[in-house]
Amino acid sequence: MPGAFEGETVTRRRFMVGVANGAGALAAAAFTLPALAFAVGPVFSHEQWTWQPIGPSSDFPNDNFVTRVIQIQQGPLGAAGNVNNTLAYVRTRNPAIDTEPEDQYNHWIALSSRCMHLGCPVRWTPAAARFICPCHGGVYDIRGMVAGGPPVRPLDRFYTRFNHATGLVEVGPRYSVNSELRRFSPRYPGEPLDGIGQYLYPRQFAQPKPPPGVSQKK
Amino acid sequence: MPRLPAPPLPKGLRPRPKPPGDDNGAGVADTLDPLEAGVTAVDWIDERTSLTPVGRWLLFRKVPRGVNWYYTLGSATLFAFLNQAVTGVFLAMYYRPDASGGAYESVRYITTDAFLGQFVRGMHKWGASVMIILIFLHMGRVFFFGAYKYPRELTWIIGVVLLILTLAMGFTGYLLPLDQRAYWATVVGVNINAGGPFIGPYLSNFLFGGADFGATTLSRFYAIHMLIIPGAIVALIGAHLYLVTKLGITAPPWLKAEPEKQFQPETDV
Ligand code: HEM
Ligand code: FES
Repeated sequence: MPGAFEGETVTRRRFMVGVANGAGALAAAAFTLPALAFAVGPVFSHEQWTWQPIGPSSDFPNDNFVTRVIQIQQGPLGAAGNVNNTLAYVRTRNPAIDTEPEDQYNHWIALSSRCMHLGCPVRWTPAAARFICPCHGGVYDIRGMVAGGPPVRPLDRFYTRFNHATGLVEVGPRYSVNSELRRFSPRYPGEPLDGIGQYLYPRQFAQPKPPPGVSQKK
Repeated sequence: MPRLPAPPLPKGLRPRPKPPGDDNGAGVADTLDPLEAGVTAVDWIDERTSLTPVGRWLLFRKVPRGVNWYYTLGSATLFAFLNQAVTGVFLAMYYRPDASGGAYESVRYITTDAFLGQFVRGMHKWGASVMIILIFLHMGRVFFFGAYKYPRELTWIIGVVLLILTLAMGFTGYLLPLDQRAYWATVVGVNINAGGPFIGPYLSNFLFGGADFGATTLSRFYAIHMLIIPGAIVALIGAHLYLVTKLGITAPPWLKAEPEKQFQPETDV
């Protein structure tokens, strides 16, 4: 379109069209972007964890499990009844079978009941000394290592510690492990952590931070 | 022609006798024939909107020879969707998206106590499966009749998006009763979703509204199920039907195009 005068690069009409479209886009962005960020926010905010007491150390044998119901999410909205509960299988560390390095957070082994195939709740069967998943037949041994079926990595764990003030064992945030029981930040079930898997499924921002002084792979 | 007896109308509504003489239709406009009242109202709206031609364009189209019952599967899907929309809106009057027990309790109330609650919930619950079955049958009809070919590719693409959205409706709706089956099916579904490399875990964080199933997961699913996806489906059905009307419907593939008739001076006079 030729300009109104010599050398004009933006005609009045194009300028007005641009201003009208720009104003419309700005007005639409003014409500769309905040709303989107509002919905996506939880993806980027760290989940809060508090240490939860689960009983005196004498409660936990070293050759069998005791179950404890704990809360998985303690965001600002707080607990939402049963949907926030999860099950931890807890026993005392047994140097004869637990060969991973010991530190202040694994004197008690707290395994998550969440199956590492697709997340069904596994059940400890003492007679077989195995965890068995009701959904697709995943099987794990007393260390949570995969003994059969579709799960892609050992059962997740929770950090544990001893609270000297109360004299009780406490359970902290969840972490995931690879087949050498190396600690990783928590992943979803179905995401392998050996080989390429640890790069295909990167760390999530929403997962809780590990307790201080822990080396946990991102 | 036999005439119906005149209804006992108040004076103002009685048809006025025609003024004497051939008035060429003048004075008819201010006569209110009660039998014509509906027509008058429609005329009033039509004069201001010109909607009649649009309705005619939409409903009185030419269809090719040989169309059959399979061509009704799209409309059947549409009515299945309308059933879901209407029953869903009314279920929302009783349903409570409260993860600490209220949701389960409100569904229990609808099913066992509310008047016709079991029926309306049943319509919604079974209607969901009916819609999924119909949408696949409709898609099959379009595929096997080759109706996706030029110029109807965009109709097909919009159809694919409608299919995905319909399946997403099924997934988000399944959680709402918040019983054991709903909870675990959602946990497993979101975990499957997390299996997509790189972005899968973040999409699952988005669905859960955090790292795990939590206090807001249910309200999130509820908002997606009753507001976001239905809005998108309504808009896309509109675009789908616009294209169907604009492009016309395809003939069944077994019909051969009729050869162009030549003009023959001897017979075609
Ligand atoms: C909410 C879901 C849907 C609704 C309400 C719907 C509705 C309709 C209706 C009423 C028609 C008219 C002709 C007929 O019924 O066969 C139609 C045609 C068509 N649909 Fe759908 N549809 C839906 C989903 C789909 C899907 C999933 C696909 C394929 C992926 C699809 C592809 C098409 C195509 C290509 C046509 C044109 C057929 C022709 O011209 O012969 N639609 N749709
Ligand atoms: S969820 Fe445990 S085996 Fe599939």
